[in-house]
Amino acid sequence: MSGRLVVVGELADGRPTRLTTEVATLGRRVAEDLGRPAVGILVGPDAAAAAETLAGFLPEVVAVDVPELVDLAPAPRVAAEVATLVVPEDGPILVGASPDGRDVAGALAVLLDRAVLANAVDVEVGPEGPTTVTPIFGGKSIVRSRFVGRPGIITVRPSSVDAAPAPAAGRIVGRAPAAASGGPTVRRLERVVEASGEIPLEEAPVVVVGGRGVGGPEGFALLQELAALLGGTVGATRAAVDAGWIPYARQIGQTGKVVRPRLYLGLGVSGAIQHKVGMQTAETIVAVNRDPDAPLSEYADLYVVGDLFEVGRALVAELRGRREGGGG
Amino acid sequence: MRIVVLTKPVPDPASGQDRLGPDWRVDRAAAPAVLNGNDEYALEAALRLVEAHGGEITLLAMAPPSAPETLRKGLAMGADRAVLVTDPALAGSDIPSTVAVLAAALRDLEADLVLAGIDTSDGFAGVVPAALATTLRLPLLSNAAAIEPDPAAGRVRVRRIVQGGYDVLEAPLPALVSCTQALGAPRYPSLKGIMAARSKEIAVRSLADLGPLPRPVGGAVAETVVVAVDPPPPRGATRTVRAPAAEAAREIAEFLAARRLLP
Ligand SMILES: Cc1cc2nc3c(=O)[nH]c(=O)nc-3n(C[C@H](O)[C@H](O)[C@H](O)COP(=O)(O)OP(=O)(O)OC[C@H]3O[C@@H](n4cnc5c(N)ncnc54)[C@H](O)[C@@H]3O)c2cc1C
Ligand SMILES: Nc1ncnc2c1ncn2[C@@H]1O[C@H](COP(=O)(O)O)[C@@H](O)[C@H]1O
Repeated sequence: MSGRLVVVGELADGRPTRLTTEVATLGRRVAEDLGRPAVGILVGPDAAAAAETLAGFLPEVVAVDVPELVDLAPAPRVAAEVATLVVPEDGPILVGASPDGRDVAGALAVLLDRAVLANAVDVEVGPEGPTTVTPIFGGKSIVRSRFVGRPGIITVRPSSVDAAPAPAAGRIVGRAPAAASGGPTVRRLERVVEASGEIPLEEAPVVVVGGRGVGGPEGFALLQELAALLGGTVGATRAAVDAGWIPYARQIGQTGKVVRPRLYLGLGVSGAIQHKVGMQTAETIVAVNRDPDAPLSEYADLYVVGDLFEVGRALVAELRGRREGGGG
Repeated sequence: MRIVVLTKPVPDPASGQDRLGPDWRVDRAAAPAVLNGNDEYALEAALRLVEAHGGEITLLAMAPPSAPETLRKGLAMGADRAVLVTDPALAGSDIPSTVAVLAAALRDLEADLVLAGIDTSDGFAGVVPAALATTLRLPLLSNAAAIEPDPAAGRVRVRRIVQGGYDVLEAPLPALVSCTQALGAPRYPSLKGIMAARSKEIAVRSLADLGPLPRPVGGAVAETVVVAVDPPPPRGATRTVRAPAAEAAREIAEFLAARRLLP
């Protein structure tokens, strides 16, 4: 067993994404437990520069600069390059479960003919090799799965691992692109930035979440105010998004984002199973709801029965007062 | 335009009965099946495209034999026909098997546009669309918030959601698009649609009907296995507060301060 554990990284604005550093941290630990070397692979424009960051997390990083990826949808080409670098003894191959990461994982599964264990929140190592830990059915059950035969591809759910750099930086190996770019081309005509400057939902330490109870777009002003006071950002349920009160990019849950903030504060949110999927691993969950029996009452740490506007405004006043009074 | 929508029947998440059976496969007897939520968005997008450009919609599913009930809903929403690939040997298939089977069935359907959901509520994998596109050498436009085909020019544009905004992607047809909720809420079947669905065709096909596949498929060759299923680790007990707003706010602030969650 001389193969390597492979971490496939993802680039955004010339840097490895946060999810990539999370996957690299997990990959480093799993490789140690398996007694295999770990290698990261970065493919993209300016991969070499981004490799500096990723080498802080892994003992070796292979960087493949593909300048033309600026104007293309990246996944097919990334998968094709990775496929030229992976040898049959290598595995498992870890990829972040972001939209691009899922596309890369799906393409790699076919190119390398390997099985996929999707959406892991952790990987344990036993005598039988790597075992993935995955919540299913909205977290109702935790499933442990492993590969039969050679290890395949594991996609890792965002915000499951705390990224931590390695004690020493790894080495960087530059490689020229080797894949034939023969596959069908998807051109990127334009990138439209809608929400620059806002903290991405997945990275915010505090998320203040509004549901149907917020009642309209104006209601979200109160949540913005609370988010600012708590050092976080605003999220929403699908009910609030479907009503057009806040953009889809802010939605948390099964068909939205998965978050694991230090604090989730939900106002007028019932906590339906499809919403729970996206927030149940928050460190602390606080909810304000006038219904004493909404599903969130079963898994919140603190559940306040009351009107969200009354309690929300009082909380703004309370937090302001504490600030001015130098804490309390 | 010929559009194929990939629709997977999944245990109804709203039933509260979705779970794994004693063999650690989805207990399909326990929970009623529904169309995967994201696939309904894909179907809705297909219906709007056909309304604008003309054409026809075929649903494609690989699923247990009970699936016609579920597919009927898609037909009632307005799809023209359905193809169900079902075979006892397919129970317990892993992702490569699923992809090989769907790819073989798709080859026979000659679609201009294949629409899939971004992921499924039972598995949450979200890798089947890319794997299928790779197998069939179709361009993949994933995470779509808008789909604008130009059948005359033989190409399609997709607004793809990315962090902080969106990309405008373009590819030649035929292409595969994975669909998000941002495409617009699925319609409810009308009474007329429900009546019409009764006489629409659901072609049931076995593995043998698909002809020889490039790889062995099914549960017997699955390369992944479930080794344990456990309840989630319990969260701590919930503290419930019922108090006037100012007092409740003070309680929240103190709770957050004690957990060092105040900036
Ligand atoms: C396939 C599928 C995918 C889905 N994906 C998602 C997803 O990704 N994310 C998601 O969030 N949902 C998702 N849903 C929807 C989900 O099932 C729920 O419908 C949704 O989460 C409910 O949102 P809500 O809590 O805002 O609304 P409701 O369930 O209507 O709850 C509103 C709550 O606000 C309370 N309230 C009202 N007014 C006040 C007030 N003044 N003060 C205090 N409390 C008040 C009410 O008591 C109630 O508990 C999905 C559903 C399906 C079928
Ligand atoms: N067995 C199946 N039958 C039909 N479509 C499927 C099947 N499995 C996956 N799909 C399609 O692929 C999408 C993503 O599925 P997954 O990768 O399993 O999360 C789904 O939303 C469906 O559109």
